[in-house]
Amino acid sequence: MSEIFAACSCFGLFLAAGSYQLARAINKRSGKEICNPLLFATLACGGLLLATGTDYQVFYDNGGNILEFFLTPATICLAIPLYKQFELLRKNAGAVLAGCAAGVAAHMLGCVLMLALFRMEGAAYISLLPKSITTAIGKGLSEELGGFPAITMATIMLTGLFGAVAAPSLLKWFGVTEKLSQGLAIGTSSHAAGTSRAVEMGEVQGAASSLAIVVTGLLTVLAAPIFAQLT
Amino acid sequence: MKYLHEAVIIAAVTFLAEILKFFLPLPIPASIYGLVLLFILLKSGVLKLEQVEHVGGLLLECMPLLLVPASVSFLTVLDTLQTMLLPVLIMGFVGTSVVMLVTGRVSQALIRRRKGHE
Repeated sequence: MSEIFAACSCFGLFLAAGSYQLARAINKRSGKEICNPLLFATLACGGLLLATGTDYQVFYDNGGNILEFFLTPATICLAIPLYKQFELLRKNAGAVLAGCAAGVAAHMLGCVLMLALFRMEGAAYISLLPKSITTAIGKGLSEELGGFPAITMATIMLTGLFGAVAAPSLLKWFGVTEKLSQGLAIGTSSHAAGTSRAVEMGEVQGAASSLAIVVTGLLTVLAAPIFAQLT
Repeated sequence: MKYLHEAVIIAAVTFLAEILKFFLPLPIPASIYGLVLLFILLKSGVLKLEQVEHVGGLLLECMPLLLVPASVSFLTVLDTLQTMLLPVLIMGFVGTSVVMLVTGRVSQALIRRRKGHE
């Protein structure tokens, strides 16, 4: 099976986009958001690769990389909602900064708790520090501080996936109803993947979440080296 | 042709961001350089919203799909992941929820206090 896939240049693209669209079709049919497209596509692709013994690299080289290529320009375009909502964000600069800083502090404390609770080895603990920020910053930071970049990547993806899937219900449960706060909470906790969901929730949420990615990324780059000393 | 025009502008900003990253290699991805750059270009009026709005909107709409390959890549680190599964899962689910709660409630309290003063 995997030889056939390896020979098809569109295999990964079709598998990813096809399962993603399938999930959207199911949602449309049922009239409810029962099947998150990103989660569904991840499980469908991962499941099929494992079941057929196909290497991830085959999936990536045959079309998966095309999707990933567009991620950089798409992330850059987060500047558009940011620009449109700038006045609102500027007026609430204090809340933006304090919210992001509180979130980063909570995350760092969580990592320290894991370190103490599981007596983690240093490199494993360091790999968790950049978990809430965008993959490219997180991977670089993990390398720089002496963590396992691949583990950091996997943790970041899990975080983003969880944020993108669960954010709307979690925020409702937590009683966070201000649109601006919803966006900040999503961007600070689950970076660009969560932000992709925030954009769907509304323009204010999308803009706040985009800004939170930048602010949280910078705060984490500053704080992580200090917390890395604890090992 | 409008779309092609916008696509070229976005590609140009992406290219500029990558050049910037090459000369200023901080542990920050080119996409964040680009985000700040596009924001500055829009804010200073060098670029108009109409020049990037449609293709930009399309890219933003497709963003979850673009994350699928990165998300599937967990398959490549399954072995190492098994050695620290519990802390990773706790931080992934509980940690993420706690950060969401803290950031959401702290900023909401501040926003409401400011609104109350007005």
